[in-house]
Formats: sequence, structure tokens, C-alpha cells
Amino acid sequence: MTVTVLLFASYADALGKSAIELDVAPGSTVRDILGTLLAMPGGDRLPPRPLVAVNREYASAATTLQGGEEVAVIPPVAGG
Amino acid sequence: MRVALVDCPIDVSSLISEVSDDSCGAASVFLGCVRNVNDGRAVTGIEYSAYRSMAEREMNAIVREAAERFGVSRLIIEHRLGALGLGDVSVAIVAAHPHRAPALDAMRFAIEQLKRRVPIWKLELYVDGTREWVGSGIRNRESGVEAPDVVATRIQ
Repeated sequence: MTVTVLLFASYADALGKSAIELDVAPGSTVRDILGTLLAMPGGDRLPPRPLVAVNREYASAATTLQGGEEVAVIPPVAGG
Repeated sequence: MRVALVDCPIDVSSLISEVSDDSCGAASVFLGCVRNVNDGRAVTGIEYSAYRSMAEREMNAIVREAAERFGVSRLIIEHRLGALGLGDVSVAIVAAHPHRAPALDAMRFAIEQLKRRVPIWKLELYVDGTREWVGSGIRNRESGVEAPDVVATRIQ
């Protein structure tokens, strides 16, 4: 199955891209996605447990994915 | 109630007119502005970016929560994105109510929640030509904190 990973701000800079289509095994969790990202070139610049949103809602690392989700890795927010 | 991410200057007086009517004895306004210094470094401007769809969703949740908590349904949040110069208004929050306490409380609640959970980022530009993402993950690394309190509460 496939999920779309979105990266923003400093995290997009770290990995050199703002969106990645990932093929992942059925039953994969947010934690699995993060493991894949951290192993990519530049992934060592991400914190080990960044905030994540699944389909625009904050989600825990244990969230199981069904495929087709938008998984956003959220740097520390700084609005205002 | 209304929220917006905008790419042009925020017109504060039109927001006050929009949110108020003759029943409102109070309108409170918060403006966030680009400051000329941060952590001792001279700033020349800020570039704001956002995860737009989620930011709008969170901002809408905040105005709904403010209505429930304070009974203030006359509330607007506008946040500007893009390149801003010194003194430019980056965010405006306007709350109106027959009485001042709910208007002030709702305004304060909205800006504090916005700063904690709305996915907006700022790239600060400094006098020496360097640029830096504000809060770019260092705090998360040092503390091991996975989420702000409000987020942790919502995902339980």
C-alpha cells in the first residue's frame, strides 16, 4: 500500500523534499513510517520522535495506517 | 466565526467592523507583528509558511472551542503567510461580545492555542544574511517531548 508523506519547513530542508510517496507493508504504523524517513539521506537531522498528523489530525506513533493516508511530519509550530 | 490564511496585508479595522454589531460593548484585538530582534539577533523579516489545510482545520477547531468555553461566537482569526517585513501584522485575532471579560478571554485563548497547535512556521531572516527556521526541532530533541500538552490530550 502507499501513503503520501508531507514534510514542511526545517524537515523539508533536512530531507530535501516536501512530499514522498512511500510503499509500505499493510498494517504499518506511523512509527514505521518515521523509521523509514529517519533512515533516508538527511533523516538524521529529524528529531527521533517528531509530531505527526494523519489526514490533518495529530496522531500518535502507534496509529495504524490503511493506505492512502496523508502523513505529515510536523516541525515545532511557530505561528503568531 | 471565521478563520483565514491570507497572502496579503491584514486589514484590522475591517475585521473589527465585521465581527462587531450594536450588541457588542467590547471588541478585543490581538495583533502579532514582526519584531526586529529575536534571541539577540537582528531580524530583517520573516517568511511564514503553513500546512494550509490542517492549519485551517485547527484554527476552525479553536474558534469552536472558544465559543463553547467563553460564549464568544463573534471571533475571527486571520494569519498572513509569505514574506513579511518588520512591523507587518502576521496574525490578527478579533473577538467581540456584549461584555469585556469574555471578549478578552476568548482572544487570549485563541492566540495561545494558535501558537501551540496550528501548523505554521517562520523562517527568520537576519541582518547578516543568514536564515533560520524558528524552533527548528532543537527543543524536541533536547526534551524528548513528543507533543505539546494539548496535542497529547487530544490523541489519547
